[in-house]
Amino acid sequence: MGISLSNISKSYKKVKAVQDISFEVKPGELFGLIGPDGAGKTTLFRILTTLLTPDQGTATVTDLDVVKDYKSIRKSVGYMPGRFSLYQDLTIEENLTFFATIFGTTIEENYDLIEDIYVQIEPFKKRRAGKLSGGMKQKLALSCALIHKPKVLFLDEPTTGVDPVSRKEFWEMLKRLQKKGITILVSTPYMDEAALCDRIALIQDGSILDIDSPEKIVEKFPKNIFNVKANNMYKLIQELQSYQHSYSVYPFGEFVHYTDQRDAFEIKDLQSHLKNQGLDNIIIEKTQPNIEDAFMELAK
Amino acid sequence: MKRFIGFVKKEFYHIFRDKRSLFILFGMPIAQILLFGFAITNEINNVDIAVLDHSKDATTEEIINKISASKYFTITQFISHEDNIETAFKKGKIKAVINFEKDFSKNLIKERKASLQILTDATDPNTANSITNYINAILQNYQQAENKDIEVAYQIIPQTRMVYNPELKSVFMFVPGVMTIILMLVSAMMTSISITREKELGTMEILLVSPLKPFQVIIGKVVPYIFLSVVNAMVIVLLSITIFKMPIQGSLFLLGAESVLFIITSLALGILISTIAQTQQAAMMISLMGLMLPVILLSGFIFPITSMPIPLQVISNIIPAKWFIIIIKGIMLKGVGISYLWKESLILIAMTLFFISLSIKKYKIRLE
Repeated sequence: MGISLSNISKSYKKVKAVQDISFEVKPGELFGLIGPDGAGKTTLFRILTTLLTPDQGTATVTDLDVVKDYKSIRKSVGYMPGRFSLYQDLTIEENLTFFATIFGTTIEENYDLIEDIYVQIEPFKKRRAGKLSGGMKQKLALSCALIHKPKVLFLDEPTTGVDPVSRKEFWEMLKRLQKKGITILVSTPYMDEAALCDRIALIQDGSILDIDSPEKIVEKFPKNIFNVKANNMYKLIQELQSYQHSYSVYPFGEFVHYTDQRDAFEIKDLQSHLKNQGLDNIIIEKTQPNIEDAFMELAK
Repeated sequence: MKRFIGFVKKEFYHIFRDKRSLFILFGMPIAQILLFGFAITNEINNVDIAVLDHSKDATTEEIINKISASKYFTITQFISHEDNIETAFKKGKIKAVINFEKDFSKNLIKERKASLQILTDATDPNTANSITNYINAILQNYQQAENKDIEVAYQIIPQTRMVYNPELKSVFMFVPGVMTIILMLVSAMMTSISITREKELGTMEILLVSPLKPFQVIIGKVVPYIFLSVVNAMVIVLLSITIFKMPIQGSLFLLGAESVLFIITSLALGILISTIAQTQQAAMMISLMGLMLPVILLSGFIFPITSMPIPLQVISNIIPAKWFIIIIKGIMLKGVGISYLWKESLILIAMTLFFISLSIKKYKIRLE
């Protein structure tokens, strides 16, 4: 009853958007598609929501074929496109009523499902959707996608352009929805959100790099990773990149994530090397890899 | 059905909340009909003319009085010398000059003929033509009145009567034309814009991923505009009856029914445009260039179809507005019924069915 894709490929004219994608989302799972812009996430969403037909391969949503049974799928899924796609000249309440009506239901009937989300925007229900803040727009869009009690929820980059607090709230809401038995497929370019999914698929340039739970993906990271910090970050990155034993160097927050080619790597060696290059206040400490590190490693 | 009503309700919200579309819907029809009715007219009224009278006798005075007594002309200037004619024209106010020869009266009596010259400013050829015709007519009247006691060898007296528009009011010609343009524009442009807006703003994506069927979306889009266009048609007819004293000779019911038919034809065209155009801008351009221009130029609204080159006459047949103008002119001015108009009505129905079936075929159930 979940989602299943096998060998899906899709091209736009000459550009290959996605190639040979296969994965499965179990019923009730919160599954994340993680990848940068242009990786093919939106194309996959459109194929699964029956808006595009794949060139090759087959896909099913709740055991219904996305090409043959598109009418039935359209009745039973909720879709929130990447772009804010509600009626800006309609108020919150009118938007919600409209979507409830076209799905043949009413706000009251499924109020319990959207209650947590809707109470936060209800005080503004007479305000037009175009005048809402980014976070409120997302909440409204989610409410509209949920109002007909869908079995599967497709959320294409729901938190892009939303402030960190609203993002956090949004993910808490997704967790709650998941508990109500809704299968959720969500995409995001933010690696930190990936850790909140049950399983994730890392996707780049139309191909899947890896599919696993966030913990397992991180565990598979093959190297020791170090946080490095010094007084001059720009010089530090340059020095690390030109260091003969360096394997990967990525700036990450206030630190630089560094991995070494050698298995027998000694922090002291690097420390003295950097000191010789004229850097001060050098801190080097071992750290845990995160999904971004894993993604970078896989994408190499 | 509930879904459908919900959809129609949403459409009305869109229309009434968008000031621009409200203006196009209601401001434009009224502005156009008043503009065409009052400002743009082929009739001549109170045209300023000048007189150069070389003889200044009883006959010329009588003729001048006759001319200035008509409501068509106002004599605003008397010129004393030929050299001044050109300056008078160049100032631009004078549209014609009447030049009486020397000894006009004397010549008339002695030689039984006298001549006068009519000079007109032909920068506007239509007006110049009308002016000469009107002056000629006044002169002819004068002659006939003078000669009525005299036996002439023979005489042909044409009795002209202008039927259906005896006063030759140009507003009678414009009202059907303007009504056609407005119904076409409102129906076709507004629906095509409102459908492409959903595509442009991405809301079409969610509408597609919903149980709404394509025909429900289309009919839902169209219903508000049928309603509004009917209101528009009524406003236009009301304005033309009250302000321009336009007679409606035929049945009002038939006029209404034919208008609804034409509205549906235009809406079908609008839907067809929206299946081709991806953006509101494109929809507007196609509607304006593809519909407005042919309606104005080729429908027989302004330029008579019979005087067009043959290829254009042939093309004019595929323009729905042509048939609608024939129909409403027939009903409004001639008072004919369906027995005379069934052919034109059938053509419109056939065109509508063609447009609708084409748009259903072209309507995309997916994004590509």
